[in-house]
Amino acid sequence: MPGFDKVVNSYEEAMQGLEDDMTIIAGGFGLCGIPEGCIAQIKKMGSKGLTVVSNNCGVDGFGLGILLEDQQVKKMVSSYVGENALFMKQLLEGDLEVELTPQGTLAEKMRAGGAGIPAFYTATGYGTQVGEGKDVREFNGRKYIMEESITGDFAIVKGWKADRYGNVIYRHTAQNFNPMAATAGKITVVEVEEIVEPGELDPTQIHTPGIYVDRLILGTFEKRIEQRTVREA
Amino acid sequence: MALSREQMAMRVARELQDGYYVNLGIGIPTLVANYIPDGMEVMLQSENGLLGMGPFPTDDEVDADMINAGKQTVTTATGASIFSSAESFAMIRGGHVDLTVLGAFEVDVNGNIASYMIPGKLIKGMGGAMDLVAGADNIFVLMTHASKHGESKLLSECTLPLTGAGCIKKVLTDLAYLEIEDGAFILKERAPGISVEEIAEKTAGKLIIPDHVPEMTF
Repeated sequence: MPGFDKVVNSYEEAMQGLEDDMTIIAGGFGLCGIPEGCIAQIKKMGSKGLTVVSNNCGVDGFGLGILLEDQQVKKMVSSYVGENALFMKQLLEGDLEVELTPQGTLAEKMRAGGAGIPAFYTATGYGTQVGEGKDVREFNGRKYIMEESITGDFAIVKGWKADRYGNVIYRHTAQNFNPMAATAGKITVVEVEEIVEPGELDPTQIHTPGIYVDRLILGTFEKRIEQRTVREA
Repeated sequence: MALSREQMAMRVARELQDGYYVNLGIGIPTLVANYIPDGMEVMLQSENGLLGMGPFPTDDEVDADMINAGKQTVTTATGASIFSSAESFAMIRGGHVDLTVLGAFEVDVNGNIASYMIPGKLIKGMGGAMDLVAGADNIFVLMTHASKHGESKLLSECTLPLTGAGCIKKVLTDLAYLEIEDGAFILKERAPGISVEEIAEKTAGKLIIPDHVPEMTF
């Protein structure tokens, strides 16, 4: 790739190098701001034994949920997995492992992983099952547990706009876990709705600087809504 | 009469103060937003990365990129900001949220709370609840006082897996408002027409009953 140009033209190229048993960190909250194209490509590639780090695991038939259909996922690291019947079935039958992780701890694990911080202390989860077996330290009279950070072989991210150098802007609450995921992949793939030339985006508005991004691809998105709630006009 | 869901929300709304940043959990806590007193400015935090949550959108305004932590489509209120999950939980874990309101299955006299998992039933996960109870100082727990079979949910010791240890001080049930202090529930207010005796009977953990327990009015 020439210079800082991160653009790739196919999802095959975007996910090239993905192998069985790798760890993938995925942005998204529920079905909002999920990297739909990368997920579809992973399904197509049929990689198995994957560990997927994502707040949720999609729903039946959409989002990360489609990776369960061919049992591609060995382990999920998530905070909430309640929307997915196939997930529950595989979990109860022992085909799938889940590491339930508090949402803020999950975000911080990704952030710390991307920032080169191997572990951190948090009060979240102290005295609960989450804290069992973890190092406990007291600071200023309060107890904290040590949580180890997370990095992935791949990070898959959904942005709104990016320039060819991989500077990314997210849209509304589709931001969620995406900026942290982007920092935590050995190979970070970002799919966006629009790619512009370098210099067209305001540098002060960039959420994810291009240094974190390895591959950038223009995608199309269904953007399925999980709970459509409206008021009268 | 036991409090209705709306009355529980109304009672919690009395804790709001002008300029408060508030996180409301899923379920009855969400209803508190309907009872923000006129003329008071309150900003609702949604842990997926939104400070200043507005009402549901009209049909035309629905935007898949604009949701709350319950994954419902929402709008932004005037002066809202949107940010990442790490930023959102920095607010929560850093103690910047003024009031947190959430539901629970059980609480106990030591301020422990169980709200996310019933072993043997489907396991869904804690979402942001562990962060919220660990990070906030001012937490209001909303719950029914006893199960449908009359079993108390205010215990000496929680039986379900904990969401947080020693972090709850204020509990509003459909029967009473109680505070937790020095290993006991202190009965502060009772629901209209509910006797102190009934509350005592339905509270399994140690209960301290002051000489005068005012009745809530609505």
